[in-house]
Amino acid sequence: MMINLNINDQKVSVPKGTTVLEAARKQNINIPTLCNHADLCVAGNCRVCVVEQKGARTLIAACAMPVSEGMDIHTNTLKVRNARKHIVELLLSEHRSDCTKCYKNQKCELQALANEFAFGDTLFLDLVEDHNYTIDRSSPSFIKDDSKCIRCQRCVRTCSELQYISAIAVSNKGLHQKISSFHNRPMSHVVCTNCGQCVNRCPTGALVEKTYIDQVWDAIYDPEKHVVVQTAPAVRVALGEDLGYDPGERVTGKMVTALRQLGFDSILDTDFTADLTIMEEGTELLTRLKKVLVDGNKDIAIPMFTSCSPGWIKFIEHKYPQYLHNLSTCKSPQQMFGALAKTYYAQKRRLDPSKIVSVSIMPCTAKKYEADRPEMRASGYKDIDFVLTTRELAVMVKQAGLDFRNLEPSHYDSVMGDSTGAGVIFGATGGVMEAALRTAYEIVTGREVPFKNLNITPARGMDGVKEATIKIEGCTDDWKFLEGVELKVAIAHGLTNANKIMKLVKAGKAPYHFVEIMACPGGCIGGGGQPIPTSMEIRKNRMKAIYSEDEHMVLRKSHENPDVIAVYKEFLGKPNSHLSHELLHTHYVARENY
Amino acid sequence: MYQVGNLVKKLSDKHGRSRESIMPILQGIVEKHNYLTDEAMVEVAKELDISAAEVFGTASFYTFLDTQVRGKYVIRVCKTITCSMKGKSEIIQTLEDMLKIKVGETTSDRNFSLIETNCIGWCHKAPAILINEIPYTELTPEKVVDIIKGYLHK
Repeated sequence: MMINLNINDQKVSVPKGTTVLEAARKQNINIPTLCNHADLCVAGNCRVCVVEQKGARTLIAACAMPVSEGMDIHTNTLKVRNARKHIVELLLSEHRSDCTKCYKNQKCELQALANEFAFGDTLFLDLVEDHNYTIDRSSPSFIKDDSKCIRCQRCVRTCSELQYISAIAVSNKGLHQKISSFHNRPMSHVVCTNCGQCVNRCPTGALVEKTYIDQVWDAIYDPEKHVVVQTAPAVRVALGEDLGYDPGERVTGKMVTALRQLGFDSILDTDFTADLTIMEEGTELLTRLKKVLVDGNKDIAIPMFTSCSPGWIKFIEHKYPQYLHNLSTCKSPQQMFGALAKTYYAQKRRLDPSKIVSVSIMPCTAKKYEADRPEMRASGYKDIDFVLTTRELAVMVKQAGLDFRNLEPSHYDSVMGDSTGAGVIFGATGGVMEAALRTAYEIVTGREVPFKNLNITPARGMDGVKEATIKIEGCTDDWKFLEGVELKVAIAHGLTNANKIMKLVKAGKAPYHFVEIMACPGGCIGGGGQPIPTSMEIRKNRMKAIYSEDEHMVLRKSHENPDVIAVYKEFLGKPNSHLSHELLHTHYVARENY
Repeated sequence: MYQVGNLVKKLSDKHGRSRESIMPILQGIVEKHNYLTDEAMVEVAKELDISAAEVFGTASFYTFLDTQVRGKYVIRVCKTITCSMKGKSEIIQTLEDMLKIKVGETTSDRNFSLIETNCIGWCHKAPAILINEIPYTELTPEKVVDIIKGYLHK
């Protein structure tokens, strides 16, 4: 049913249920918003979007008001403008405005509104000084600074709706209202997964990643140190957004050149260890299936869950610790890389591992936490020294004054720099599954997966939970026990969707053999460390870019990666070997659910 | 030691396990234990399948759902205008002298807590205090001494 209304004296006709804000946007009428976010439910608590409805006693919040027949809306009256000015000023009166020193300077949505509506003198007293605000730096991934929080609750909605965690909620009331963890405990000691989805959606500097840019510069300029850098698959399809490109632009070659010009000694690729993960995890899966199907071993946990996403790992450790045995023991590609950088790579390049500084560029804030886990010291050193987000790399590029757009693209360095399309698609939801199937199917049958152009389409796309069944036929002699088996797989992204699968598992209703889970919506391309803003459309563009990157690769199957073949031949032996287990596998910790 | 888990289970059976049951359950715990321990809030979260931060968020909104240690008898002194004008300060002074604690504190034997509260609706008989759920009105320091003596000997 269509509803007719007037906005600024223009006739508008929109479907029932549309909000005034959406109707106005359709007419290209801009109404400022703050607490509103495309990924989240309507909150209507910041009031920045107020508009005047003729005949109504008070102003209405455009984001929360559904249209009704004959409405007469005005978005730019004197009353509206004065109200907006006061609303922004009131928000500012409780916001520590140290803008020039703030990490979010020029990227802050409140600052942008202040710039439009609230410059000059204000009627309101600054209340920040009287408040005893907390700045929580306990997490290695992010900082929560309550003095900059305007309680728009985007973070609360993110944590609850997208991630099903609610590590933070609104507490107290009135002047004392704040966003709290359980009993205001440090974020490092609550159920938080460090996924950074809240950081990605915070309009101010109240939630920002903990930055290690200065430490990385120090390492680069230390002549004693050999600084290696790895870049995750999802970084190359999003970095451009922070450097003036539209979402979905692939900037792989320029990024490599930029890293070289920043002064890193060796530019290597996480895609290499993504391929290695497939070898290790694929072998682990086939071994588990053999134990279950042939040996009838009932102690083997099936389905097996992927373990690449540190946000997901922390989620299951807190929420479903009874299923830790279902997790693959494989470390994430970042940590496999770290363990090899200070062993295999050091040997090959004749370097003293104590002089190697290992940096990774990730779309992720949880990776900062992962690198700090005590288990991640297999090389005898801290395997990964510093983790930077995509956003932090963009900052470094700007600090160095590089003309990114005009950089000549170049290639990754060798030894742990080769990759395949299978490694690249790790960056999108379904990608790990697709990469695993491309390799596992071929190992078992000697033939390529029966999908056109290797594109396993059921694994792709933005559906929250995806399922697929692949019938295994024509097995080679070693794998005869899998003949005719219907391999059932499932894929979930965003922890709310992960929770749906876990509920099935708990109820004994999950028929799957293998489940891929990524903590963030869309997978790593929608990670907490990716450029801000994010929306479904932006994530779709990045996803398209990932698959296009895959299509452009010469090699598209992990087991064909020459660096992977070399590392097994020269160093590890074979997948799941003793040395592999020492360096590339890990264990998990049961944690409390609060 | 008393298991708070059993109480939470009993209250959840009685009031149900949907989100809106959280208020009567929290009230039930406070009725029995005077305040909400972290352990109790975690138990409620587990029972209702919501996060502990949400339970804390709800509890912290309501001043009568305390999340800090409270004694067996919680004395709430009305701090609003009428009671202030009619001698609230003397009442507090008397209570502090008798109990040897300041506003916001709890006696070391965990018998009494002394806090201030917003209007409790006894302006016409100010100054007023609440001890747990019982109001005492038209107070003087002498009356307060007698009332507290009564509680001390309970």
